[in-house]
Amino acid sequence: MALFKTKQAVKYKKKHLLGIQDLSIPEIVHILNESQSFVELNRKENKKLGLLKGKTQINLFFESSTRTLSSFELAGKRLGADVMNMNVSNSAIKKGETLIDTAMTLNAMHPDILVIRHGDSGAANLLSRKVNCSVINAGDGWREHPTQALLDAMTIKMKIGKIEGLKIAICGDIMHSRVARSNIYLLTMMGAEVRVIAPSTLMPKDINQFGVKVYTNMEDGLKDVDIIMMLRMQLERMDGSYIPSTREYYEFFALDYKKIKHAKENALIMHPGPMNRGIEIDATLADDINRSIIVQQVEMGVAVRMACLKILMENQE
Amino acid sequence: MKSAIINTRIIDTKNNMDEIGGILINEKGFIEACGKEVTKENVGDAKIYDCKNKLAIPGVIDGRVFAGEPGFEYKENYRTLSQAAISGGVTSVVTMPNTNPVIDNVSTFDFIKRRARDKSLIKIHSLASLTKNVEGNEITEFGLLKLNGAVGFTDGIKCIQKNDVMDKIFNYGKNQDALIIQFPQDNELSKNGVINESLIATKLGLKGIPDYAEHVIIERDLRLLSQYQSKYHISLISSGKSLEIINEWKNKNLKFTTGVSINHLSLNENDIGEFRTFLKLSPPLRKEQDRLDLIGGVKNGTIDMIVSDHKPEDEESKRLTFQKCATGASGVETFLSLALEQYHNENIDLKTIIKCITENPAKIFGIKAGSLEKGMPADIAVLDLDKPWVVKRENMQSKSKNTAIEDKKLQGKVEKTFLNGKLVFEI
Repeated sequence: MALFKTKQAVKYKKKHLLGIQDLSIPEIVHILNESQSFVELNRKENKKLGLLKGKTQINLFFESSTRTLSSFELAGKRLGADVMNMNVSNSAIKKGETLIDTAMTLNAMHPDILVIRHGDSGAANLLSRKVNCSVINAGDGWREHPTQALLDAMTIKMKIGKIEGLKIAICGDIMHSRVARSNIYLLTMMGAEVRVIAPSTLMPKDINQFGVKVYTNMEDGLKDVDIIMMLRMQLERMDGSYIPSTREYYEFFALDYKKIKHAKENALIMHPGPMNRGIEIDATLADDINRSIIVQQVEMGVAVRMACLKILMENQE
Repeated sequence: MKSAIINTRIIDTKNNMDEIGGILINEKGFIEACGKEVTKENVGDAKIYDCKNKLAIPGVIDGRVFAGEPGFEYKENYRTLSQAAISGGVTSVVTMPNTNPVIDNVSTFDFIKRRARDKSLIKIHSLASLTKNVEGNEITEFGLLKLNGAVGFTDGIKCIQKNDVMDKIFNYGKNQDALIIQFPQDNELSKNGVINESLIATKLGLKGIPDYAEHVIIERDLRLLSQYQSKYHISLISSGKSLEIINEWKNKNLKFTTGVSINHLSLNENDIGEFRTFLKLSPPLRKEQDRLDLIGGVKNGTIDMIVSDHKPEDEESKRLTFQKCATGASGVETFLSLALEQYHNENIDLKTIIKCITENPAKIFGIKAGSLEKGMPADIAVLDLDKPWVVKRENMQSKSKNTAIEDKKLQGKVEKTFLNGKLVFEI
């Protein structure tokens, strides 16, 4: 049975996938429904399909990544595409080549799909205007990380059976988080009550206008929530004194057994990874199999990315 | 041979003139007479330019322009700047010292003065920097630079951060009667920021610059200024709240002047859309309410001067992500037409606009321009006030085509530009 009623689904027809902002509810439903068949496939012994046979997928990662990169690589390979990972640390970019020049060079190799992660917001948008192939945004600056939000929605839907009406708290470094932004767009669209919880120094300006409830302490914010989505402290993206210390942050904003009591009794914990254990989340709690669905998120990641690759490839035809 | 512009509407705000008449220019390129008394019949054998249904105004003075010389000639040189300027009725520009090397000493100043004399058609009035190498630490030779012709001092795109340095600048600047021009933006509050801090910044995932990064510097400067009463000009403001601060101090009888860029009167942060790098400006474009407040500031005279903030940037430096791309827009040639948009939209009356781009800048910088009275150099722009046209990059004269208003429909176009009595531009 389909995850969502198929009559609610409309196929996403654009060439690129740059952000959740560009998607409609029926399109999200369609992507998630498509993903479901890949979840089943990925659990089988033979995981290989030939849908993308003869296609070339380049993963262009300007920021280091383990799970997103391997997830996209695996997704492409399981669909039969030739996948190349561009290692930026020893590439021309380090020699001063601009993003657009790199894009033009890669474009000349006739890839069918480019998966890009970049530290600057809008990098995927810029790239998509310059190349002939499809572009998937695998994270741009603080702006969007659409496949992460899709896989989070998939995880929630698979686990709880619905998204609409759930109370979901996104906690932590909202300001520097593309995961938070993409999730806010997607989950509010799908009818969840989304809350953001962070110290006010890590809360982006006018975030309340995104249709979320804003909290600056965990006790109030976590009250009666179904899902707690913890964010990684983006210590490397901070250029000033946003918090006094990780010790103080842990005391007030990390998720531990004491704070989670404010949430619903069976509330689930999510985290986009990689986790800073002992900074934003208690180490034992993160591994609590009754609570944490972090491993499922990773599993859904491959399926959702396979669906995205498949849909964009179909759109090229 | 004398020449005469006749049958035209003339606006010269300095002399409260708005009438149909003519301008008689003598053999040396100075204005001999101006007004309704100048007609075809009484100009003798002067060369006649019949400008019926047109408007003649003093050549526009653009009070904030980045010329590429020296060091950035690939972005703009005096020759290309001149062509761009005269095509938009601009006959005098005040240039910034953010060059390479920085214009912070007498020999560099002298060099660019000579370059301008040899290569530029229009009148270049160069500013020198307030501090050596625009580093905000040691003040430059205000006295010697002024003797050499510097019309004022500024660190241009940079703002003096240190209180003691600013204190010395006001103190010594008073001593030398130097015009001190500040770009008001706190470095720490604006650190790494590329856009107005607002919902738009949050949506685009970009680091914002709060408007109070501007307010704290204005408040500090005016506080210090009140100790010395030096000559002080705030180069650009972007936020409505800045006007409140300015008015508070004006009410205490503190004397200073304020400028705004035409971009901030015409555009707001929404125009950035999906990372339009040509609209990355400094200070950043702010909210629509700020834009409306700034228009109000021009109307009620709180703002004295409108500038183009012409900042030519080569294509390469704009073809980057919003975060990394260069800041600023090329705008000297669209300056007057874009300013006239405010008149056509019935936001600001025509005379106020003209005053803010002719009479007032001439007064602020103390330069001999900006009016049409007898004895002034005949720098004149003749325009068709209502003529519609569309801004196209390929038609731009500036060496760098980074206009913030590509494809904008404007009304009002310069048809003739006179410089020292000579017709230097005509369409």
